[in-house]
Amino acid sequence: MADAAVRPCGSRALLFEVPNAAEVAAIVAAVRAAGLSEVTELVPAARTVLVEVAPGASTERVREVVRDADPATTPPGTGTVHTIPVVYDGADLRLIAETAGIDVDEVVALHSGAEYTVDFCGFAPGFGYLSGLPEPLRQPRLESSRTAVPAGSVGIADVYSCVYPRRSPGGWRLIGRTDTVLFDPSAERPALLTPGDRVRFEAR
Amino acid sequence: MSALEVLRAGPQALVTDRGRPGHAHLGVPPSGALDGPAYELGNRLVGNPGGAAGLELLGGGLRVRARGARVVAVTGAPAPVRVAGRAAASHTAVYLPDGAELEIGRPVGGLRVYLAVDGGVDVEPALGSRSTDLLSGLGPAPVADGDELPVGPGSGTVPETGPVPVSLPVAPVRLRVRFGPRADWFTDARRALLDPTWTVTPDGNRIGIRLDGPSPERLPDARDRELPSEGMVTGSVQVPPDGPPVVFLADHPTTGGYPVIAVVEPADLPLLAQAPPGTPVRFTATA
Repeated sequence: MADAAVRPCGSRALLFEVPNAAEVAAIVAAVRAAGLSEVTELVPAARTVLVEVAPGASTERVREVVRDADPATTPPGTGTVHTIPVVYDGADLRLIAETAGIDVDEVVALHSGAEYTVDFCGFAPGFGYLSGLPEPLRQPRLESSRTAVPAGSVGIADVYSCVYPRRSPGGWRLIGRTDTVLFDPSAERPALLTPGDRVRFEAR
Repeated sequence: MSALEVLRAGPQALVTDRGRPGHAHLGVPPSGALDGPAYELGNRLVGNPGGAAGLELLGGGLRVRARGARVVAVTGAPAPVRVAGRAAASHTAVYLPDGAELEIGRPVGGLRVYLAVDGGVDVEPALGSRSTDLLSGLGPAPVADGDELPVGPGSGTVPETGPVPVSLPVAPVRLRVRFGPRADWFTDARRALLDPTWTVTPDGNRIGIRLDGPSPERLPDARDRELPSEGMVTGSVQVPPDGPPVVFLADHPTTGGYPVIAVVEPADLPLLAQAPPGTPVRFTATA
């Protein structure tokens, strides 16, 4: 990834900045494939990848691997495909429909008809930023966020959709809810969604 | 089974260990003891293997009764220790007979006191760690009055350790930083961060410490810009648009959307974690 800007992040980490999500995915795939034992954290985000190495380790091999990463040769989304059943009765459904200039049924058809990719996780354990939201549903956050959004709430904001893994504050427009457990610390795979996974929502 | 019966938890008592690094890509903070060296010292004093869980006490104030004889050690911020009503020393192994009460007072300097117990606090781990994570609610709930903390089987041997020096925190706290990843968002990042004497505010916690001082000025073309969320390391000095910096500690969010002007050297973070509100803070640049 010759065009990645390398930004130092303390003595143990580098932040690689790239123009798009495909290049983020390519860097993550390359660093994973290289199996560098010194890498302790690998955190993709919207336009960056953070790579942290163990205390005392050098970031030089990470730099080399990222330099050679190439989206053209990165295999397309090989992650798990998840189907998440949703009851579309969210508190902001009317607002979403009005903003999009369509009716509620069309909102549901659009949201459940798309395939999403887990670009990155953050905000809370198991909270994934799912790209692939159809254009009319790309809407801003609420003007003031809710102090408590129930676990399992399905929301949209900006270019992403999400599912709240646990009760938390939140400002995303709520479209529906699911019983699917997004995060279970006692499970072998605690987070249902991992960056690179794909998601479909199914209307119930 | 051995246990510590919690008679009084004090202001904030949390189970802690080395945390759960390696899960940031799932949105899970590293968590773990904020004063790592003090926590590790406690385990060494009682003969525990590294990584055994103990307690992190904000402002001391803990009173527990031993169920089964145990060896304990109190480390971190220097605080008065009493065993069965008699004064005992901190920063050394202390024998706690079956049924005896251990009382830890308020620290005379610093903030966070660590209690290590021979055998370790044996609560259920989550993602390989017993640490309480205050941001995401992982790990055990904060310790409350009346709790019974199970203690694992002890090693039976306590190493002979000479006296361990107790260091009182000095002011101002000096934190070494490396600039970036977003120092280029500010008019003069070096001067903005290195020149002022900052002050620790009272609204700090395990997620981060908010400093009081002059807010670093953004460059004109960065003033109304938004940063797409990006990964953050522990020690990140984040500058929100409406005020002075926040230094992120172990329970920090794994991603953030405000620019990080610099990152504090990991070895210096325990100093900040031990700094009470009002403590002056100076940043210095590493080479």
